Amino acid sequence: MIRHSWRRLTNQNRIPFALVLLAVVLLVNFMLQPNLLEPATMNSSMRIFLPLILVAVGQTIVILAGGIDISAGAIVSITNAILATQIGTRGDTGTAMLMMLAVLFVGMAAGAVNGFFVAILRLQPIITTYATSFLFGGLALLILPSPGGGMPSTFTSFYRETRPLGIPLAFFIIALIMLAWYGIRQTRYGRYLFAVGGNADAAYQTGVPVNMVQFSTYMISGLMAAFGGIAITLLTGSGNAQIGDSLTLAAITAVVIGGTALSGGSGTIAGAIIGAIILSLLPNLISFANIETWWQTFLNAAIIVIALALPGFMNLLRRRRT
Amino acid sequence: MSIGRIAIPPPLAAVLLAIVLFLLSGLLPNGFGSNPDIAASQATNIIRLAVFLGIVAAGQTLVIISGAEGIDLSAGAVVTLSAIVTYSIVNGNNENVLLALPAALIVGAAVGFVNGLGVTYLRIAPLVMTLGMAGVVTGLIIVITQGSVTGAVAPVMTQVIARPLVLGIPGAILIWAVFGALMWFLLQRTTYGKNLFAVGTNRITSRLSGVNVTGMVVGTYALAGMLAGLAGFLVVGNTGVVHIRIGDPFLFPSIAAVAVGGTLLTGGKGSYWGTMAGALVLTLITSLLTTMQMPESVRRMVLGGTLLIMISIYGRQRGLRQ
Repeated sequence: MIRHSWRRLTNQNRIPFALVLLAVVLLVNFMLQPNLLEPATMNSSMRIFLPLILVAVGQTIVILAGGIDISAGAIVSITNAILATQIGTRGDTGTAMLMMLAVLFVGMAAGAVNGFFVAILRLQPIITTYATSFLFGGLALLILPSPGGGMPSTFTSFYRETRPLGIPLAFFIIALIMLAWYGIRQTRYGRYLFAVGGNADAAYQTGVPVNMVQFSTYMISGLMAAFGGIAITLLTGSGNAQIGDSLTLAAITAVVIGGTALSGGSGTIAGAIIGAIILSLLPNLISFANIETWWQTFLNAAIIVIALALPGFMNLLRRRRT
Repeated sequence: MSIGRIAIPPPLAAVLLAIVLFLLSGLLPNGFGSNPDIAASQATNIIRLAVFLGIVAAGQTLVIISGAEGIDLSAGAVVTLSAIVTYSIVNGNNENVLLALPAALIVGAAVGFVNGLGVTYLRIAPLVMTLGMAGVVTGLIIVITQGSVTGAVAPVMTQVIARPLVLGIPGAILIWAVFGALMWFLLQRTTYGKNLFAVGTNRITSRLSGVNVTGMVVGTYALAGMLAGLAGFLVVGNTGVVHIRIGDPFLFPSIAAVAVGGTLLTGGKGSYWGTMAGALVLTLITSLLTTMQMPESVRRMVLGGTLLIMISIYGRQRGLRQ
């Protein structure tokens, strides 16, 4: 019992850890780039961060329920490929709205494929979604073999420039997600999520529909990846069937930085959002620090690995001390 | 896999599948038809191509047998790195080969060692750790090469690896045969092999019966990295040229080859000869798709679909109801 509450305590300590990290990164970034917090700069940063934030939120839900979704990045690519080819830079508003609605269903359908194999056939989540990432990635390439297509500028400039009350659009979307998550947590479904991730067998024995909960998390991840795909298409205004590839690992890393345990059962959406912002600020930092271009890929990757290692490293120190 | 009452062991099923695929490839318009000479030379060629995948997949087999969702997604990047290291050290001189081979092995083992440390001491999920390291290694490659690779392979490498060596059999195939025997010996006749299967089946009982689990896992990742390093050395010896993405196409098939060969992706059970058969199957699938002039998108989807089918057959987890 004591051990249990100790564990809960350390888990709760993890959001402040992410916040401290955010403060440090922001401070260093601010010193290198003094206009960082000006509304225009903030808007141009946040609109770049939003796709990762959206994917990371979906990933958190899957991980909370004890799974993982390696295919999220490929789903982003599919939605980007569909939007870029079906709407085009000269597309009319009606088609654009319709296609954006359609890709949300495509995302959920892709999530349902994952859910079918993982929750119904009971295959291992990691290897299954790794396999479907090739399936979805191939589909994206089939739709859009070489980069091209696009979105009408009315839509892209709406995404890029909208600042209600002078606050970047991304903040409103984040607030909406937090509000929705707060609502979900109060419901029975919210409690099921944590129960399934904490101990699926025990949850099953107490009557939790484990399979359906797991299935639903993959659909949510697919849906959030589709939202991420819409955001990234509006941001870039163009199509590239491999645009989502790098988002998968980044989203998982954001979730880990945010204090969610990869083993499932504990974690927060807010942590993942903070984690995504930290991760997105790092390339900023590297490019403003005047580091030679050759080193940028290495530094980015090394920072991701270090970020992944931090929770484990702190645990190691804690274990040594006791 | 069982058909009726006769149970066929997975490795044998993979061999049968390889034979069926090979015969099918003969029926293609530009296949070997009914000419046994061309058929024999095509078979030799397929086996020669499978060698490199087979050796990358050897390391993959070891980490997957070690259990706890073991997997090595850095293998592709390590193949590239060691190929580049080999290429620049050898620089066209036969004498330098004896220096390049250990260098390639050490570079691979070092990356694998870091993977092992992250997975054991820092408790990072193997998939996330090795995917992160793949990024780090790719970054390192960019730093080392700065966009251009200078060097050359030595004549002796081409002679031994790519050309027919004895009785018209290419050296690569002979190397693979010896390598396969060594892998069998390692898994079936050494303490390491015995402990590896024990660790993969149940880490707690292994620890209680005196196995140094952490040491075993770190060693296995290091060994897997070393084998990827060996594969990189052989790949560059075979192709004679090197490019910055030379190892990437081996990654996904190496995992699929292990699955096709019947090694349990949950760990604890498997064989290298199954993986060898799996490597043949994957090479055949790839070459069939190339012969049929399928685009990259279709190839990816077929590879993803193959892995999905294989894990659906072999990889079902225990249902909740039992």
